[in-house]
Amino acid sequence: MKIAVCAKYVPEASANRRIDASTKRLDRSGEGALNPFDANAVEEALKARDASGDGEVVIVSVGPERALEAMRRALAMGADRVVLVSDDGAAGSDLVATSRVLAAALERESANLVLFGQQANDSDGAVLWAAVAERLQLPLISQVAELTLEDGKLRGKRQTEYGYDVIEAPLPAVVAVSDAINEPRYPSLKGIMGAKKKPQDTLSLEDLAVDAGEAGEAGSRTTVEALNDPPARGDTIKIDDDGSGAQKIVDFLAEKKAL
Amino acid sequence: MKPADYPPPFDPNEFVVAPGEPEIEVGVLIVGAGPAGLACAIRLGQLLEGAPELAERLGEVPVALLEKGKQPGSHLLSGAVVNPRSLQRLFKDRVSTGDMPFYGRVEHESVYFLTSKRAMRIPAPPTMRNHNNYVASLSQLGRWLSERAEEAGATILPETSGHALLAGDGRVRGVRTGDRGRGRGGEELGNFEPGSDVHARVTVLAEGTQGHLTGVAIDRFGLQGESPQVWALGVKEVWKVAKPLGRVIHTMGWPLRPGAKYREFGGSFVYPMGDDMLTVGMVVGLDYRDVELSVHDVLQELKTHRLLRKLLEGGERVAWGAKTIPEGGLLSVPKRLHAPGLLICGDGAGLVNVPALKGIHYAVESGRLAAEAAFAALQRGESPGRRGALAGYDEALKDSFVWSDLRQVRNMRPAFGRGFWLGGAMAGAATVSRGAFPPGDATLESDADQELIRTDRAARYPAPDGTLTFDKLSSVFLSGNATRDDEPNHIRVQQRVAPELAELWTRMCPASVYEVGEEAGDGDVHVEVTPSNCVQCGAITAKGGRLTPPEGGAGPDYKLT
Amino acid sequence: MRFLVFVEHHEGKLQKDSLGVLAKAASLGDVEAVVLGQGVQELAADAGRFGAQRVYVMDDVLLDRPLPQPRVDALETLLADNGFDAVLFAATVLSADVAAGLAARLGAGLNYDLTDLVVEGDTLVGKRPALGDSVYVDVGWTSEPRLALIRSGTFEAQETGGSAEVVPFESRFQDFSLAATMVEQAHEESEGPSIEDADVIVAGGRGLGGPEGFQQVEELAKALGGAVAATRAVVDAGWYPYSTQVGQTGKTVAPKLYVAVGISGAIQHKVGMQSSGLIVAINKDPNAPIFEYADFGVVGDLNEIVPKLTELVKARRAA
Repeated sequence: MKIAVCAKYVPEASANRRIDASTKRLDRSGEGALNPFDANAVEEALKARDASGDGEVVIVSVGPERALEAMRRALAMGADRVVLVSDDGAAGSDLVATSRVLAAALERESANLVLFGQQANDSDGAVLWAAVAERLQLPLISQVAELTLEDGKLRGKRQTEYGYDVIEAPLPAVVAVSDAINEPRYPSLKGIMGAKKKPQDTLSLEDLAVDAGEAGEAGSRTTVEALNDPPARGDTIKIDDDGSGAQKIVDFLAEKKAL
Repeated sequence: MKPADYPPPFDPNEFVVAPGEPEIEVGVLIVGAGPAGLACAIRLGQLLEGAPELAERLGEVPVALLEKGKQPGSHLLSGAVVNPRSLQRLFKDRVSTGDMPFYGRVEHESVYFLTSKRAMRIPAPPTMRNHNNYVASLSQLGRWLSERAEEAGATILPETSGHALLAGDGRVRGVRTGDRGRGRGGEELGNFEPGSDVHARVTVLAEGTQGHLTGVAIDRFGLQGESPQVWALGVKEVWKVAKPLGRVIHTMGWPLRPGAKYREFGGSFVYPMGDDMLTVGMVVGLDYRDVELSVHDVLQELKTHRLLRKLLEGGERVAWGAKTIPEGGLLSVPKRLHAPGLLICGDGAGLVNVPALKGIHYAVESGRLAAEAAFAALQRGESPGRRGALAGYDEALKDSFVWSDLRQVRNMRPAFGRGFWLGGAMAGAATVSRGAFPPGDATLESDADQELIRTDRAARYPAPDGTLTFDKLSSVFLSGNATRDDEPNHIRVQQRVAPELAELWTRMCPASVYEVGEEAGDGDVHVEVTPSNCVQCGAITAKGGRLTPPEGGAGPDYKLT
Repeated sequence: MRFLVFVEHHEGKLQKDSLGVLAKAASLGDVEAVVLGQGVQELAADAGRFGAQRVYVMDDVLLDRPLPQPRVDALETLLADNGFDAVLFAATVLSADVAAGLAARLGAGLNYDLTDLVVEGDTLVGKRPALGDSVYVDVGWTSEPRLALIRSGTFEAQETGGSAEVVPFESRFQDFSLAATMVEQAHEESEGPSIEDADVIVAGGRGLGGPEGFQQVEELAKALGGAVAATRAVVDAGWYPYSTQVGQTGKTVAPKLYVAVGISGAIQHKVGMQSSGLIVAINKDPNAPIFEYADFGVVGDLNEIVPKLTELVKARRAA
């Protein structure tokens, strides 16, 4: 059973993230790490592989060369291989372009199961898997909080605004897991030590037969036009309670149509 | 009362385990990927390059480093102005000083004596001259050194703590790493991962200040120095600034109080980090007595001084952190820094020159010498576990500039127990006489033995305004600390203590780990502990508690400190 | 500009966020809606009341369940026959998958998490927050149709009382679109919204004094139709469950209204709720950091204010 996990290299945690004013995109020049939400997908893949008795978990990512180091965390957790598509031509890709590149890499792998994490914590997007499933022409189950595999068939509990649906799909399929699905394991010491020795391949767009015009900004269909300050929150109206505090809150909420 | 009245529930024997079957075997195991540990790894890599048969004998992993932070650098914090000589010795001509991650050579420096209103320039004491030294972020230097260490063939294991020594028959066999995935009550959670027993021919402890296994080893092998170790707490910030600072600044005096009864020894530093950043920090000896003293808040107060306000105007705080510095000097250095199968380096060994505010280059040199001693023993085909096999390390260290420097300044810190003026005079005398005067060796009292007093100190702390001055919690946030809330408590303190002690801890801790809780009867109070705030500075160990390493990966994620 | 709005429905009712997007589109240009499902003809006509000039309907047993991939097929067919400038979706679990699948199917740009739309001449500009709402970005499209996912709760529905022409259409489905099947469908949860989905959250902190303090928080939440959340400090102390924790190491929420009761507002909490629409704070400490970023703050005793507030809210809602 071959399971591919799509992982993203994201800039290090929030406190110091900046948007580069010249490119109007997130400044990714600093340090980065494995998108924490992808750890759930890696964990689920490892569980599935181990339950199946034999199989392979391959991490697929699109990013700069230094993303390899971050992907090693997945290898330390127990994944078998990393495939990184690293090409300047892929930088600045939007959904349309990224999904094209990722799908090309995944097609090469022909996995039985393709897993995604809940969201990328840098773009807060939660859309990539649907675009990838479309390109791979595979059934999709998203927001999965519980996943079971039986006889070549998947059963996922999808979490929606209304509660849980149960959806079944045959393999091969694409599944996006929610962060409620599992608690990712800590890498064992042996795992950390063995990570560097596991195969880590870097591919270019050419290796994937993806045309330069189909990736990066050239392959994107959306643009970032301008950066603005957030709408001002406005000054705080702060009062001391003289007995009428509760009423004043209600008046305020009514005025703002929040009641 | 004094903090020592409430000793922590800590028994070093808990952290020595009989070595069983090895789960992992490495050649040389280094605990701590700081400057000492990384220098050791780099030097070993160099030596093993020329000794391929030995490298092979050491197995698949000849050199491994355990690092409890998320990555090397995450738990490193210092001023810092670095004397490059040790790094130059370490790299020789393989790496030039120009390639090291420094922020520039120190060209100008000023020392000020501050009052609340004024800043009076005074000549830099001779021990403090920094000509030909370089400003650096230790966190960044650590990260850079870790890349060199990996290039030299070392295996770095981040998010892995050294929990216990594997020792038996009077020799150290390796280290048991810490568990991960336990809950607040110690229970195993769903993703529980037990620690591993790592066996090594030589174990090098380079844990930095408050080294956990170092303390355990000192106790187990009877290595205590003449005096107990004493510490200072440093709290610092990094700022983006509008105007380049252009010089290194040290201050003494305000906001610290000179009277002997306060025992407030310390000062501040302001170092330029390139043209657009600077770092400002406050360092205070933990032998202070006032229950209401808070080094973090004294730093905030310092920034309101005219001199500092000007430097920070139009700027933005981008980093914060805190860490203790061992200040006992030679008097507190363990009487031996080796034991069968074991070597101790760096700040963990107390190799810090307090008057010169230097420790990094001693850490690097000690790491380098430790590598050479380990290599020599292994090369000779000796078992490093044999008594005396590693004695070459102590000899080499005693012959080095590390020892001669520390010898000269050994009595200066104790002098300051007498207050700023008398202490300053004595330190001056010691400097001029190059350590000959005062003769003999002073002794140091333990920080926890200082009787507590109370003044109205807290009333002077500025209320955080979020622009120039900041509260502790937002500072902990800036340190990158996002430790999970249900981690077990790694701090050993008594839970019911005198209210003055609880208040001392509450103020002392820069990360708001402690709070005064409800009354506990008999005049005592409960102490509320929030271990996930902890940035592992170590101050608690100086004042009646004991810090042990939490789960690997917990704590701050320093980048610029 | 000619808009198509994907209008969702659940258990016989049109989904309110979709109707909100419909209202917004109506203010910007010509707007038509599309409703997909089974037995949805009457429901579809209803969209006319909320601003749609025309409603396309595909009524098919294979669209009965809320699965995304067959909807991509249906929308592709509809779009091939009609030239829309933009297709708008109110973001839900379902619509996000539909929009993204459609983007890949058509090779059309999709901008998501939009909190506003503006038409400038013949250009459509989307606005969205980034970096934890610390900066706002203007985004655009370089292809047509322009696909957009609007952040939930952004626009309010407007009943215009009009009526719309209902145009049924048909489509074929790809094999892979039909491979996933739903064996159980979710129904409205009876316990009230989870904090991540709630429009209103009432959160309690240390100022409550003890776990009993949460009783008044629960009552206020009930009166407001919202969920209850807690700060790290009180969860640590065992006063309320971890699943309700908001903050740096808990959940991040962005309800329309966040009422903070007895919460100091340290940054570790702030980062979990700072994107809330309106923030109301009640705390006895006038220097509590929360007053710096709340919209309305009352300094006083929460034990006096909260019960009164609950009563007043109940009375107002009953009226």
